[in-house]
Amino acid sequence: MREFGYQRAYDVSGAVALLDGDGEARFLGGGTNLVDLMKTGVERPALLVDVRELPLDRIEPAGDGGLRIGATVTNSDLAAHPEVRRRYPALAQAVLAGASGQLRNMATVGGNLLQRTRCGYFADVTSACNKRNPGSGCPAITGEHHNHAILGASDHCVATHPSDMGVALAAFDAVVSYETADGPGELPLADFYLPVGETPHLETALPPGALITGVTLPPTPVAADSRYRKVRERASYAFAIGSIAAALDVEDGVVRDVRLAFGAVASRPWRARAAERALLGAPADAENFAAAADAELAHAKPLPHNGYKVTLMRNLVIAVLSELAEEATR
Amino acid sequence: MTTATQGSVGTAHTRIEGRDKVTGAARYAAEIPFAELAHGWLALSTVARGRIRSIDTDAVLRMPGVLTVLHHHNAPRVDSDYVGLLGVPPDPSVALFQHDRVVHMGWPVALVVAETSEQAREAAEALVVTYDQEPHDVAFSAERQAEAYPVDGHAPGVMEKGDLEAQLASSAVVVDAEYTTPEEYHNPMEPHAATALWEGGRLEVVDSNQGTTWVAGELANLFSLDPASVRVRSEHVGGGFGSKGVRSHQVAAVMAATVLQRPVRVVMTRRQMFSLAGYRSPTAQRVRLGADADGRLRALEHQSLNMTSSVHEFVEPSAAASRAMYDADAHHTASRVVRLDVPTPTWMRAPGEAPGSFALESAFDELAERCGIDPIELRLRNEPAVGPVSGLPFSSRNLIACFEEGARRFGWADRDPRPGVRRDGRWLLGTGTAAASFPAGAMPSTAAVTAEADGTFTVGINAADIGTGARTALTLVAADALGVPTDRVRVRIGDSDLGPAMIAGGSTGTRSWAWAVTAAAEELRQSLAPGADIPPEGITVRSNTAEAIGALAQKERHSFGAQFAEVAVDPATGEVRVRRMLGIFAAGRIVNPLTARNQLVGGMIWGISMALHEEAVRDRATGGVYGADLAGYHVAAHADIPHVEADWVDDPDPDDPIGIKGIGEIGIVGAAAAVANAVWHATGVRHRHLPIRPDRVLMAGGDA
Repeated sequence: MREFGYQRAYDVSGAVALLDGDGEARFLGGGTNLVDLMKTGVERPALLVDVRELPLDRIEPAGDGGLRIGATVTNSDLAAHPEVRRRYPALAQAVLAGASGQLRNMATVGGNLLQRTRCGYFADVTSACNKRNPGSGCPAITGEHHNHAILGASDHCVATHPSDMGVALAAFDAVVSYETADGPGELPLADFYLPVGETPHLETALPPGALITGVTLPPTPVAADSRYRKVRERASYAFAIGSIAAALDVEDGVVRDVRLAFGAVASRPWRARAAERALLGAPADAENFAAAADAELAHAKPLPHNGYKVTLMRNLVIAVLSELAEEATR
Repeated sequence: MTTATQGSVGTAHTRIEGRDKVTGAARYAAEIPFAELAHGWLALSTVARGRIRSIDTDAVLRMPGVLTVLHHHNAPRVDSDYVGLLGVPPDPSVALFQHDRVVHMGWPVALVVAETSEQAREAAEALVVTYDQEPHDVAFSAERQAEAYPVDGHAPGVMEKGDLEAQLASSAVVVDAEYTTPEEYHNPMEPHAATALWEGGRLEVVDSNQGTTWVAGELANLFSLDPASVRVRSEHVGGGFGSKGVRSHQVAAVMAATVLQRPVRVVMTRRQMFSLAGYRSPTAQRVRLGADADGRLRALEHQSLNMTSSVHEFVEPSAAASRAMYDADAHHTASRVVRLDVPTPTWMRAPGEAPGSFALESAFDELAERCGIDPIELRLRNEPAVGPVSGLPFSSRNLIACFEEGARRFGWADRDPRPGVRRDGRWLLGTGTAAASFPAGAMPSTAAVTAEADGTFTVGINAADIGTGARTALTLVAADALGVPTDRVRVRIGDSDLGPAMIAGGSTGTRSWAWAVTAAAEELRQSLAPGADIPPEGITVRSNTAEAIGALAQKERHSFGAQFAEVAVDPATGEVRVRRMLGIFAAGRIVNPLTARNQLVGGMIWGISMALHEEAVRDRATGGVYGADLAGYHVAAHADIPHVEADWVDDPDPDDPIGIKGIGEIGIVGAAAAVANAVWHATGVRHRHLPIRPDRVLMAGGDA
């Protein structure tokens, strides 16, 4: 593998300065994805700036009653935090549904958001891939795409974002904070990932050289009654073939508030706003849940071998919302 | 010696080397240090078929630490025109760098050798190779039957008895179904790794393999060396499963050590293993069963197709798996191959029987349903008295005992045969069963047993312990044959200088080695006068079992088993989870119950994995495997494996000195069919294509 430099940063401005906007430098969090990609040659950084010692490992109340999660909080600590478990249970469940215990002990919140797709063509440097090598083509569209995107993809890339955590964050309107040499900035998660379009190699709206410093969850009362369900080809240690983060508030049998986001169906965690709109104020029954799913999935453009995901997501919406509705009436 | 402890065989014994392994003291092939060690890295083709046009070595030779680049212009010549220990010519794929042809995606085109492994890797990845690419064909499917032809592998390609069409025509019930199994990989935990060096005029290779006699012989043949001048050692092996014979890494290491005259190590990466370490071919199988209304078979046809490379025939003898199982008036079996631009497949745990039993035992479940007969009762009604095709007697056949004991312990008698009627929340529940068999055999081996002056005994047997517990089993066997406790016996294995012995393969290793050890030990025991002094050099007796094994009568020799599974299926998501599994086996005398259970449970878990997870996707455009790593190729994780229980019935082989048959492979046989049959019982839908993925279950409106 390519020889690379390694520097450890101890404060945020120092980390940003060490990276210095260098396109061949990368921030190193838990390394659970970046180091793998370095081994296979997908990533060939000249410098790693280790950010694990930064003082960003706290989960604290945010000013508006929400929760601020530091960028270097490990996935394990995030899932175990009492406030997360109490107020945003789907987030804790999503994190625990991902990876393995060892990986969650290493992986950070910031790194989780920036992890790369697990598309097999992206991971194989001998293969064409528009995301890794812009303009080289997307073999997945005519090749293996059994676990590729059905929503928001383009003719240039059909890869999915692999995060479970991000799906719950998308459902709860999380906001990403970052730092650059020019000062701090914020991006709602809804705007954090760029549309695929013709530039699948451009994945986030972060300015060059920006370091993620944290994620803020707004106070979202409906999130206290939330659930994450992940379907995968084995019971653990596998990426989703379809997942859902859902929160539901039902009063007198009518949906008063709802949050829905899908995983493993798009290049980013997919907030199902059309489904949410269809449900607000509607009776909380299976028929409406199905109609809401259909409203969202009407935009789906499945490929020849991943059409099952439309059925799967529809079934998941009905199943998980039905469970939440039933629990709400108890 | 009548006062010594008797009866080590049959008692549980932890692994002799267990402490070394868990403390890290046991060193694996790539961990053993050598002075002046250089590191080789294989560069693999990025096209699936064509010719190498150019290799730009100049730039790479100037990179830090690079010592040499071997390729088809400068590599030592090798000879692949011979027949090796297993009675077959080598796969020409191991004759590295002999010509400019590229035979499959990931074909070795060069070896870059450098001072460090990292330097070698960086240089190998920087090496620019250009190709005259040719169109390739990797599209395996049942449609390729027209181009296929039968091949005799370790079993005849075609065996036929009776008039198949006539018997089918007169059958009250006919099952005619097609089954497929995908390309499957047996990547062991420990990747393939070898270090080669010349020392005192001898070629020394430290390797991870399934038989050093075998690998030493192959290397001697390939490099035209006196067999006595080649020594291969392989002390600890982190899994083999059929993949660890002679492979590119040893050949490349020997070439580089010869050219550079210093030790050279070559290790495969996980990704390289998906083109260099072998795999199980996908199979397309068709089973036709014709039966009377009471389930008695009139016709059994089992056709299997697999792919092989363009340079070597390897047949996955899936149809042969039916030959010993059930009798029928007409009995036709044929295993065929089609040649494609793919790496040569190889033996993978239970070659033939693993995929073959999925088809046959699934079809039997379908026949039971059609006849309205309990699946176990159907098997009892078709139990043969002699080999259904061969007419030979069975050495022993205790399949019925396995089903009876298994049914009792699994609670089969309470089973409601109707499919799709049991629920637990969102899960549909079902149970299934299947039979298992695997050939039992022994191959000639030699052993030496020495009575030492201090009262201990040293056994030299060139066995391979690939994680099976062979070293421990042979210690128990030797202790009993010598009539001493196990702590007075030291067993040395994994060194070709110990003399010829069978490989760890075909479920024949322990039996073959134990026979040789017993022969030498018993002779030594008889020759030792009680109380006599032992000279300082000890007293050694050697054995060779060739004659005794050659004198064995022709019989149908097999292990048998009955597999039971309970599954839960969520029809809304397609998820299938196994809830419990039980396997009862009749597999000869069990030497070490502790490691035997481990072997059998391991095989059953692999069967769950085969049923639900394992599948390599070959990309038709590139010709290579998509997702060629253990993130892309799923095997069962801990959470997929519930309570799995394996046990056995008494079944000593009457023709073996110890009564052993062999247990390495039978655990996986029938396991996938038991799971698939349980999925049918849960949902009412037959799944004839493995793996039973969520999308297949989800989208299966009717039969999948």
